[in-house]
Amino acid sequence: MTAECEGVAEARFLAAADRQRLIDALMDAGHEVHGPVVRDGVIRYEPITTIEELPRGWRDEQQPGRYRLQRQDDERLFAWAAPAHSLKPHVFAPRETLFTARRDTEGRLTFETAEPEAPRIAILGARACDLAGLFLQDKHFLHGPHADAAYRARRRNLFLIAVHCTHPAATCFCAATGDGPVARYGYDLAIGEIDAGWLLTARSEAGVAMLARLPVQEADEEQRQAADAAFTAATRAQTRRLPEGDLPARLAALAESPAWAEVAERCLACGNCTAVCPSCFCHAHVEETDLDGGRSRRLRQWDSCFTAGHSLLHGRPVRADIASRYRQWLTHKLAGWHEQYDRSGCSGCGRCITWCPEGIDLLAEATAVLETAE
Amino acid sequence: MSTALPMEAEVLARREESPGLFTLQLRLTDPAAQAAYAFRPGQFNMLYLYGVGEVPISIVSDPREETLIEHTIRAVGRVTRGLERLAPGDRLGLRGPFGNGWPLGDCEQRDVIVVTGGLGCAPVTGAIHYLMKRRERFGHVNIVQGVKHSADLIWREQYECWARMPDTTVLIAADEAEPLWPWHVGRVTDLFDRLHFDPAQTIVLSCGPEGMMIAVAEQLQAKGIPPERIWLSLERNMQCGIGLCGHCQFGARFVCRDGPVFRWRDVASRLKIRGL
Ligand code: SF4
Ligand code: SF4
Ligand code: FES
Repeated sequence: MTAECEGVAEARFLAAADRQRLIDALMDAGHEVHGPVVRDGVIRYEPITTIEELPRGWRDEQQPGRYRLQRQDDERLFAWAAPAHSLKPHVFAPRETLFTARRDTEGRLTFETAEPEAPRIAILGARACDLAGLFLQDKHFLHGPHADAAYRARRRNLFLIAVHCTHPAATCFCAATGDGPVARYGYDLAIGEIDAGWLLTARSEAGVAMLARLPVQEADEEQRQAADAAFTAATRAQTRRLPEGDLPARLAALAESPAWAEVAERCLACGNCTAVCPSCFCHAHVEETDLDGGRSRRLRQWDSCFTAGHSLLHGRPVRADIASRYRQWLTHKLAGWHEQYDRSGCSGCGRCITWCPEGIDLLAEATAVLETAE
Repeated sequence: MSTALPMEAEVLARREESPGLFTLQLRLTDPAAQAAYAFRPGQFNMLYLYGVGEVPISIVSDPREETLIEHTIRAVGRVTRGLERLAPGDRLGLRGPFGNGWPLGDCEQRDVIVVTGGLGCAPVTGAIHYLMKRRERFGHVNIVQGVKHSADLIWREQYECWARMPDTTVLIAADEAEPLWPWHVGRVTDLFDRLHFDPAQTIVLSCGPEGMMIAVAEQLQAKGIPPERIWLSLERNMQCGIGLCGHCQFGARFVCRDGPVFRWRDVASRLKIRGL
């Protein structure tokens, strides 16, 4: 019976009144704690020091093109789904220096690598979809032939506390991608939230050590079953499905489907979807020169395949229209990633659907393209 | 090799090839770095112009030339127009070499057909020099160059000199030509009946506009050359050169890292789709 309670089978119980102790222990161990807070009408990760800052009683409503928060009168801190940002900004910085070039009076150049900022951060409340997103970013930035030093420095310094999802949004489909709602890998410590408190599971050595600092008790069967029932309900509540079958082959055969032009009539090419996507890795290199002329910096900043500049070649974009850019985005996520990194580039967080100003739904568009095959 | 951080390079010489097209001879200022620098024809460097930016440029010099690195550059954008203004003694940054390069080992004992078009000649020029300097290792070498206008042809004496080499065929076509143009007026593919090769023993190297390369590959395949022995050098937006920035993606391939040289067999279906 216990073994079936995926995610909390080995869990220890931390009473609701003791939850601050985890934050204290993390800070004691030298971590800067980042947790979800309500700010500017959304839930997002910010530095925190007390449990009071977490979104107690908040629920989110996510729909295509829509995100709303509502308050309920309860003690739950994690009764909402994907926050506004994934973990991506914590490892792949939105903008950072690659190197600094100096020119002396003789015109000689010297180059210096930028020392990456990599504070020791503990993330309190990482969702399963976002841990999968982090795994995807790791594949790109760390496991290719040219590992990225700045990414690695920040990644190494992350302590990850997962939270299993109990309240998925209408846009979520992690159950369909196989990445959630229960976090199964990639964390140090995981939280299963029930009304009475947290069921904590350690996965790494650092997680075991952290757990030992907390006033935890044996979790009882009733608590475990309450958590497990919530996870099962969270799976069942998800109705969105990825199209089936060999998507790389099916989509490759449909590169000239008329459905691309159809979605292009609605898509604004704003790039919101790529910005919120936990796996999108594109970045532009840009130059920033000091006014005195003695120093210049090469920076990288997030870029999106929805811009004309992304595919610029000899002054003209290879992907000249929105149809080809939408196709790049969708086929990269659902097909290209399989070839590049052996799995889909989508972890089911649903953010591209929620944050699209036009409410364009990746899954509906994939289905529409695939239907043009018949 | 330097991937993330440029090395300082000095301009040794600058040569004007035609209006807007110039060649820079560079040397890494750190002698140890220059001595350690090794590349294969078909690879490229990222050249950094202080305060302006970086561009990918293919290497045209011979890999055995250990004292300098040569780039032929067309001034089309902000960085390349700035590079055009450099003079001997000026400094710039260099990262590289990047990419896979041409399969020159596979060319040995085989007939070789090199087809280039338009502005695309730089990536194969290094390969042609390589073949010509080691002429005895290869079968019949066919060099086919297409230009828009006869006035666009650079390295004219070079072609004339190659044409006099034994077992070498040089064919040139211009879409439009001035009077007294000694070569063909029309497309490169018009010249394919004049090539010398045994399809079972031939390797093709091509670069240039994608439309031209598709026509070249299709017609040479129709003449019996297997699609895995037809190699094309592709171009895409490149900013990092090391498979990270994502700009050069072509389907699932990173052109900077998995290419820029690909087998026709592996890219044929995708190349024919517009805007990929
Ligand atoms: S190509 Fe587009 S979809 Fe793919 S990672 Fe880059 S921005 Fe994201
Ligand atoms: S799909 Fe939506 S979010 Fe993405 S670029 Fe188009 S309009 Fe913007
Ligand atoms: S040039 Fe950046 S990924 Fe290829």
